[in-house]
Amino acid sequence: MKVFVDEDKCCGAGSCVLSAPEVFDQRDDDGVVVLLDAEPAEHLHAAVREAVQVCPAAAITLA
Amino acid sequence: MTSTMDPAGHSPAEVPEYPMPRAEGCPFDPPPALRELQEQARVTRVKLWDGTTPWLVTRHADQRAVLTDRRVSADMTHPTYPRQAAGGGGTLSFIGMDDPEHARLRRMVGPAFMVKRVEEMRPMVQAIVDDAIDAMLAGPNPTDLVEAFALPVPSLVICKLLDVPYGDHDFFQANSRTMINRNSTPDERTSASARLAEYLGALVARKLEKPGDDLLSRLGEKIKAGDLTVRQATEMAVLLLIAGHETTANMIALSTALLLRNPDQLAMLRESDDPALARSAVEEMLRYLNITHGGRRRVALEDLEVAGCPVKAGEGLVIPNDIANRDPEAFPDPDRLDITRSARHHVAFGFGVHQCLGQPLARLELEIVYRSLYRRVPNLALATDFEKVPFKHDGFVYGVYELPVSW
Ligand code: HEM
Ligand code: SF4
Repeated sequence: MKVFVDEDKCCGAGSCVLSAPEVFDQRDDDGVVVLLDAEPAEHLHAAVREAVQVCPAAAITLA
Repeated sequence: MTSTMDPAGHSPAEVPEYPMPRAEGCPFDPPPALRELQEQARVTRVKLWDGTTPWLVTRHADQRAVLTDRRVSADMTHPTYPRQAAGGGGTLSFIGMDDPEHARLRRMVGPAFMVKRVEEMRPMVQAIVDDAIDAMLAGPNPTDLVEAFALPVPSLVICKLLDVPYGDHDFFQANSRTMINRNSTPDERTSASARLAEYLGALVARKLEKPGDDLLSRLGEKIKAGDLTVRQATEMAVLLLIAGHETTANMIALSTALLLRNPDQLAMLRESDDPALARSAVEEMLRYLNITHGGRRRVALEDLEVAGCPVKAGEGLVIPNDIANRDPEAFPDPDRLDITRSARHHVAFGFGVHQCLGQPLARLELEIVYRSLYRRVPNLALATDFEKVPFKHDGFVYGVYELPVSW
């Protein structure tokens, strides 16, 4: 699994951080998403898929 | 079906009025007529208070698609924006603006609501909740949970966030209520919001002079850098207060009413030590109750299609999240309250770039309330007939006006 985030789309509500804190964080100056792990391990895949599903701005994509 | 009919088959004279009444005896469920519309069509026309007939989007998937569509605007000053009531017509800071200005302003206050910053507020919020329970238990029994607990908790939290002195709270509560009550006259609304703005403007000015480590002081830095005016900063402060106070208060009281009617769910919550259960209860309560019952309001900027239905530029869109949260396509057995289900994909905080900025804080407050109130007051009970509980059918935000409880 490869994770991509689009900082321009992100509205910083932090839903992804709630779902997968190992993979997503937020930038201190504006709350925009920070990708911690672009190729997360298998046991995190379900949480990352949830993050994609709940992201309100369609800012996270998978490949 | 002729071309003058909408997809649900209503001729222009039969377009149903929106909002619709809830069923007698079912105050926790969306209006039955709205659910019928959901069964009939994915998109349909409704008639608003001013006679306009915007489109109403009934399904979870289509609501999410519309709310993330960049051709759809949240601009409350747009001439055909489907307004909830007369008067106003202006926007309160970025909630009624489009990107890029919306994003520019929203990101200035974003850091305060980051998940990790909000988590740092946990001990403070826990202390506020514990103190409020102590005060309630030391007061008269029975009492009104709304006045004694549900309103003070989020009010104090937001005041800590903005660094507003507690002594000014009554003033805030009274004015923010006037601003959002559907029965207020436009004049009453305008003067309440002017009083709040004046107070918060003075607070912003004080923070400019004597900055501290708080949200308004950080907005002060943006003012000094020329990125923001004092007026814009003040409007943001008013928005945070209005958006964060009554909403959370209503969730606390309404979900307590719902739990008292569902003793098995309440017992599960009270008897579990698992913080994950409290967190999933928060999501389920948000889904089930969806207190912003007037629906999201938007306007199409270009011709587009919603679930196959052509929507023209300039036409209004009403997006009632309450029925999306009961959409069987998104939630199996949607009318069953189940605090163990996974409900994270609810749209009680809206969807798209305007999705609630304060959601991490709202979640934290509700989680702490759910883990504290029912354990500290294990024999909490309704102190009136359920039929007599006054529900806020007329409010912009749904809830109860009063919840008499005893212990
Ligand atoms: C359970 C409590 C809450 C509920 C149900 C709720 C619900 C909502 C909803 C549905 C929206 C979307 C509006 C739209 O799309 O037109 C929204 C926006 C917003 N909420 Fe909340 N909210 C809650 C608590 C809070 C709190 C505690 C705060 C802050 C202290 C807050 C701040 C905001 C702000 C600033 C916006 C505007 C976001 C934007 O337009 O970009 N809310 N809220
Ligand atoms: S869920 Fe989406 S919009 Fe929210 S912080 Fe994460 S990437 Fe940004």
